[in-house]
Amino acid sequence: MSDTQDPSQPTEQGLVPESATQLEIVNVREGAFGVHGSGDTSGYGTVRRPVVMPGPSRAPFGGWFDDVAEGIANGPGLGNAIEKVVVDRGEITFYIQRDKIVETVQHLRDNAALRFEYCSGVSGVHFPDETGREFHVVYHLLSMTHNRRIRLEVRCPDSDPHVPSVVGVYPTADWHERETWDMFGVQFDGHPGLTRILMPDDWPGHPQRKDYPLGGIDVEFKGGFNSAPDQRRSYN
Amino acid sequence: MSDTLNFEDPYAGTSESIDGEVFNVTGGDWDSIQPTGVDGDRIVINMGPQHPSTHGVLRLILELDGEQVHDARAGIGYLHTGIEKNMEYRTWTQGVTYCTRMDYVAPFSTEAAYVGAVERLLGIEDDIPERANIIRVLLLELNRISSHLIAIATGGMEIGALTVMTCGFRDREIVLNLFETITGLRMNHAFIRPGGVPLDIPEGGMAELRDGVALLKKRLPEYAALCNENPIFKGRLKGIGHLNLAGAMALGITGPILRSTGMDWDLRKKQPYWGYETYDFDVITRDEPDAYGRFRIRLDEMWESLKIVEQCLERLDATVGQPIMVADKKIAWPAQLTVGSDGQGNSPEHIKHIMGESMEALIHHFKIVTEGFKVPAGQAYFAVESPKGEIACHAVADGGTRPYRVHFREPSFVNLQGVSVMSEGSMLSDVIVAVASIDPVMGGVDR
Repeated sequence: MSDTQDPSQPTEQGLVPESATQLEIVNVREGAFGVHGSGDTSGYGTVRRPVVMPGPSRAPFGGWFDDVAEGIANGPGLGNAIEKVVVDRGEITFYIQRDKIVETVQHLRDNAALRFEYCSGVSGVHFPDETGREFHVVYHLLSMTHNRRIRLEVRCPDSDPHVPSVVGVYPTADWHERETWDMFGVQFDGHPGLTRILMPDDWPGHPQRKDYPLGGIDVEFKGGFNSAPDQRRSYN
Repeated sequence: MSDTLNFEDPYAGTSESIDGEVFNVTGGDWDSIQPTGVDGDRIVINMGPQHPSTHGVLRLILELDGEQVHDARAGIGYLHTGIEKNMEYRTWTQGVTYCTRMDYVAPFSTEAAYVGAVERLLGIEDDIPERANIIRVLLLELNRISSHLIAIATGGMEIGALTVMTCGFRDREIVLNLFETITGLRMNHAFIRPGGVPLDIPEGGMAELRDGVALLKKRLPEYAALCNENPIFKGRLKGIGHLNLAGAMALGITGPILRSTGMDWDLRKKQPYWGYETYDFDVITRDEPDAYGRFRIRLDEMWESLKIVEQCLERLDATVGQPIMVADKKIAWPAQLTVGSDGQGNSPEHIKHIMGESMEALIHHFKIVTEGFKVPAGQAYFAVESPKGEIACHAVADGGTRPYRVHFREPSFVNLQGVSVMSEGSMLSDVIVAVASIDPVMGGVDR
């Protein structure tokens, strides 16, 4: 599924605002409760709703957000490093081009006006329906000098899960990137020792991927069986 | 017996064998062994994951030259339980029950980070009742005291100061009893819920809290009297586990370790949440970036937490009867709990209402408990100052009733990266002190 949609095309059930120009559709939800083949005659079973993440924002973003956005764009060779900016719930997210991430964080750390000297963490999110950009690697940066927080996101496809490592800029990212590799299978090129960290060294698969089952067995209770948590009927 | 070994140990037996010299386990003999045996060769030893001094199932791989550590690496993951993955299969409210089990020594901080992120996603941050936030702050600060007591107690135990350990656990019991009074549980509370807290302070709870605070005030000076100027204690801790500001920033280390470098970074002051900006307290810093400085910071922070707890008690007196859960019934968990003859459960009045009086109330109760509430799509990052440093939750919602992804930035996990820098070049016995000064809780490290 693409994350851009032609606004001239009719959107499903009119649930998508017409003013939106670029939609971050990550999934489509079917039915009222995520149940299929239940003989539901209420009509709710045919409901189709797209899952839309907050769309890109346009400058001005407000407050110091603009200073940081301009600061990144004015960095050496970073003119088009920002793919898009999302301001949502008072937090700003910069989507950075994959091959520019190291230069971007280097500039963010070293530039006196930006000075994001502290990396809170690196983690991943898996969107299996976002074809071509299934993995999002999320960086949370903190500027203690200016008391600001920003989020960077780098997206990479499942077929080529490589992202440059930022350990050279933020040594603290060492274990975070190892955990992201362990849990999602994203390979951080240039990492000094990218090995599993939480799972055993010989573990097959990457558990936090959405297609990796939670596991668990049915539990018998008074003759009946309770399914494992990921097999149960559930709301969505 | 080799003539270079000039000590007598009745239990160690002989070190002669047909396969060459055997090194026994009594230690302290490296100078005599070196000329005949390893001759500058380094050995790699494996400390843990079931070692009594490693603060839980932490494995340290140490490259030693004699008793000097040349290379130290931490192996973690022995307590990984997939909490983040499990939370993706539960409702947003049930998630609290899972994340409270991460750092089981400071469970309220984890709950706070998660609930803060959920409330930001829901956009109800400004709707949380004042009294709920007071109870949250009260619990967070009591928890800071109990967590620091554990840090001091286990740290003392690991260097042989067993009195510090018994005192620490004795006083932690005071705090745990208060937790039991307020939440019903001594750990795994799941008490900070999206929207507020499930229960008000019970009858008689305020008196117990006041007694507990008074007792803590009497007991806390004992640690200072016992340790602060104790020559053995200082000898073991001073200058050990040194990490300066640049090192702490590069390694992402927060909490008492960062504040021991003189940096006054405390999220309660810098990025206040839940009304922390209205409380009067000081951020403790020291210019002693070693294990001793961190011990003194923890000691002083407990007094600051007591100050906040006392202010909370005053405010609780002033807000009696005010709501403790957000007004939106589509989010508020229906927790009208009482303790009956058969244990804790929904109050008889609530049961009577939903079972006998209102069909709609029953439907609502059933829907909110089984289905939960939907959270609009998006992501949020909420950071709080835990006793160990910045704990934060990155929550991603896809508009459904369950988290799409939650990731916890655990301070124990991040701070443990400092163990190499803190212990390389030091003696083997100082590794224990360095790890204890980091105060990692493996439940939080491995999640």
